[in-house]
Amino acid sequence: MSFISYFINGVSLGSVYAIIALGYTMVYGIAKMLNFAHGDVIMIGAYVVLTCVSTAGLHPALAVLIGIVACTVFGIVIERVAYRPLRNAASPLAVLITAIGVSYLLQNIALLIFGSNTKSFPEIIKLPSLSLAGGKLTITGTTILTIVACLVIMAGLMAFINKTKAGQAMLAVSEDKGAAQLMGINVNGTIALTFAIGSALAALAGVLLCSTYPSLTPYTGSMPGIKAFVAAVFGGIGSIPGALIGGILLGVIEILGKAYISSQLADAIVFAVLIVVLLVKPTGILGKNIQEKV
Amino acid sequence: MALLEVKNLSISFGGLRAVNEFHIEIQKGELYGLIGPNGAGKTTAFNLLTGVYKPDEGIIKLDGVDITGKKTIDINKAGIARTFQNIRLFKELSVLDNVKAGLHNHYKYSTIEGILRLPKFRKVEREMDERAMEILQVFDLDKEAQTTAANLPYGKQRKLEIARAIATKPKLLLLDEPAAGMNPNETGELMETIRFVRDKFDMTILLIEHDMKLVSGICEELTVLNFGQVLAQGKTSDVLNNPEVISAYLGDE
Amino acid sequence: MNVMWKKMKKTTKSNMITFGMVILAYAVIQAMVMTGNISSLFKGLLVPVCTYVILAISLNLVVGILGELSLGHAGFMCVGAFASAFFSKCMQGVIASDGLRFFLALLIGAAAAGIFGILIGIPVLRLKGDYLAIVTLAFGEIIKNVINVMFIGKDANGFHFSTKDVISLNMEPDGVVLVNGPQGITGTPKDSTFTIGVILILITLIIIINLVNSRSGRAIMAIRDNRIAAESIGINITKYKLMAFSISAAMAGCAGVLYAHNLSSLTATPKNFGYNMSIMILVFVVLGGIGNIRGSIIAAVILTLLPELLRGLSDYRMLIYAIVLIVMMLFNWAPKAIEWREKYLGRLKHRKKTTKEA
Repeated sequence: MSFISYFINGVSLGSVYAIIALGYTMVYGIAKMLNFAHGDVIMIGAYVVLTCVSTAGLHPALAVLIGIVACTVFGIVIERVAYRPLRNAASPLAVLITAIGVSYLLQNIALLIFGSNTKSFPEIIKLPSLSLAGGKLTITGTTILTIVACLVIMAGLMAFINKTKAGQAMLAVSEDKGAAQLMGINVNGTIALTFAIGSALAALAGVLLCSTYPSLTPYTGSMPGIKAFVAAVFGGIGSIPGALIGGILLGVIEILGKAYISSQLADAIVFAVLIVVLLVKPTGILGKNIQEKV
Repeated sequence: MALLEVKNLSISFGGLRAVNEFHIEIQKGELYGLIGPNGAGKTTAFNLLTGVYKPDEGIIKLDGVDITGKKTIDINKAGIARTFQNIRLFKELSVLDNVKAGLHNHYKYSTIEGILRLPKFRKVEREMDERAMEILQVFDLDKEAQTTAANLPYGKQRKLEIARAIATKPKLLLLDEPAAGMNPNETGELMETIRFVRDKFDMTILLIEHDMKLVSGICEELTVLNFGQVLAQGKTSDVLNNPEVISAYLGDE
Repeated sequence: MNVMWKKMKKTTKSNMITFGMVILAYAVIQAMVMTGNISSLFKGLLVPVCTYVILAISLNLVVGILGELSLGHAGFMCVGAFASAFFSKCMQGVIASDGLRFFLALLIGAAAAGIFGILIGIPVLRLKGDYLAIVTLAFGEIIKNVINVMFIGKDANGFHFSTKDVISLNMEPDGVVLVNGPQGITGTPKDSTFTIGVILILITLIIIINLVNSRSGRAIMAIRDNRIAAESIGINITKYKLMAFSISAAMAGCAGVLYAHNLSSLTATPKNFGYNMSIMILVFVVLGGIGNIRGSIIAAVILTLLPELLRGLSDYRMLIYAIVLIVMMLFNWAPKAIEWREKYLGRLKHRKKTTKEA
């Protein structure tokens, strides 16, 4: 029974990774950059929600909405100020290093405002637990909500990309920026929209993550952020179903590794998985093969 | 025996047959042209010959040795060097160092000898400098030896790429559109240089080119590719008068 | 030939300036130490500064000369630190001469990190760009995590090893715990000195500068500038990438040896060997100018000393680093900034010229 319980917890953690991984995978697919600061947007979102609920005493739903708006704005501003000027830079490392700088910036802004002490995230998801198998297996409401939220977001995003004009524009830009521009697509706008969506999802991921693991520090976002990137690579970067598969697999591996192998080595196991995947199939589970043009 | 012998060479990309049953025979010392409309598969053929792509079928023999499916590095060591359609220089290195990089496999000393500046390092480096300057002189680039490659004007960048390829002492030199982007004067000069290189370095040259003046001016034999297939092959004058070639290629112009 | 000579002299001159700068700084500081004109805070920073300088120079080999982004540099430092501290602890009392023991510890630290560099490099260097960055980061974290679960002890029966805790080492009562999991290694002899640090910096400098100006260095830079062209002229990509990567790792290992022998207790925490440290080193390299060795040294020294000497700023230290990093990248690499700079600075140069003529 404990295995099933671990497994479900793994799926739940994996769902959070998947939601974060969506942000990475969309941005990578469209802007061809690794947004290192994406994980820290999660942390910002969580702090905003925490402040709204604990300090301002707002209704949780309103707080989450404010968190989403704040992260969206952050995402757009970061893209405009730090990344867009470097889009055509001679070295591909330039924008990656800048993203690392942005990550540090966000962490240290949070550090100055909220301090380095661990803050306890309020319990804002108040759902009853589900008791199965005569009380032997309990699944918390948060776990269920996390998994459901992930599936809904995934389906919504797929529909958005395949059914709407803006979504189609995203696909076009990810295929060929130059051609998309010639077809009259607003490339800058589309990339900004991608960052906006990714950051909004990051805010949601922050709330879900902190509801399960309620201790919040300025560094809360960085490790899940990196792991979510691992998940995105695992599933095949640029692919939305890949983010889902990669995220959930990674979450399950991490929780089972923690439970059955070693809690200290859980992160090492996750990273080892990444390395093996990249060596066996560098494009990930659902990734496309791209050959360099000579 | 021909220097380069290619038979039945084919490759597909996702169902598209980019090069189909390509065959060619180039004699030692020949100046050979590969022409055809855009997208005919000329550069793909070069990429197959130099091991950038692995062929699905076919045989490539250089000087009697089978080099099919070998890695780019080994093919260069076997004796094929090339230039690229979109210039690929070592931009941050000096003109001299670009050529010296080409000498890499012919002038050797170990990394330790280099780090410790042992006598062998000094001796070999001096020899490399001399050889590289000699090659640069042929291309009239010796005065720019210390210029950073990226700062050279376009025409000289193309020449430097040829110089770098020659530094690897190839038996066969592949030039991918050497005259692209050059004005008629520069093209004329380039024709002279190509001929001179063939004679001085005792080399066989296969070139892709769209400039018909250059092709008819220096190529002794031609192969015409169209939709990945060999359309015609033979003496330059014969091929250029072939009605099929005219309609497929020249007729479009 | 005349032009060549002049230009060659210019690079030699630049290298001479770098060496002169290091030696001069050493002489001045030694004089200050001798005359007692130095605060204990500053004195305590001398060895760490040397450590960071070596780390910055060695990372520049990968980032600037090879052109690949590694985010796991602290991992190699960690390997060097632990391998050498373990050796020194075992050999304390066995090798009589402290100098010889430290010299051997240095070799072992460098070799261990270099071997890790090769082992990690073989799979990792097949990847490119962002993927390479993230995988090196992953390796750095794995190294740190694995060291945190290592327990090694020694008693009359020899070495004991466990990944659980001290008790499961099953040692005789006379056993000594050498590596104590998260508590790391305590009681490493404090062999590191400022002089040794500076000598190591000079050796690192000589190796890098001579490597860059040699056949192998040319091959490495050719790969950086254009991999496909380098392949086409017969340069063995894997060999030279691996060479740059492992030399850099071995140097980071040396820095780790210096670091470990400056502390009485060595632990692998996210702060000293985590990816934050790797990124810190990257900040030195970027601020000093990617590929600019002298710049790396200056950036490492300033960024290590400044915040320590200006304690009041310590809260804002990382914030300032972050902003400086972003601004520097935008200023140096954004096409618009380059255009603006060329226009403005070009005019400045032009003006200088005209005033001179007048």
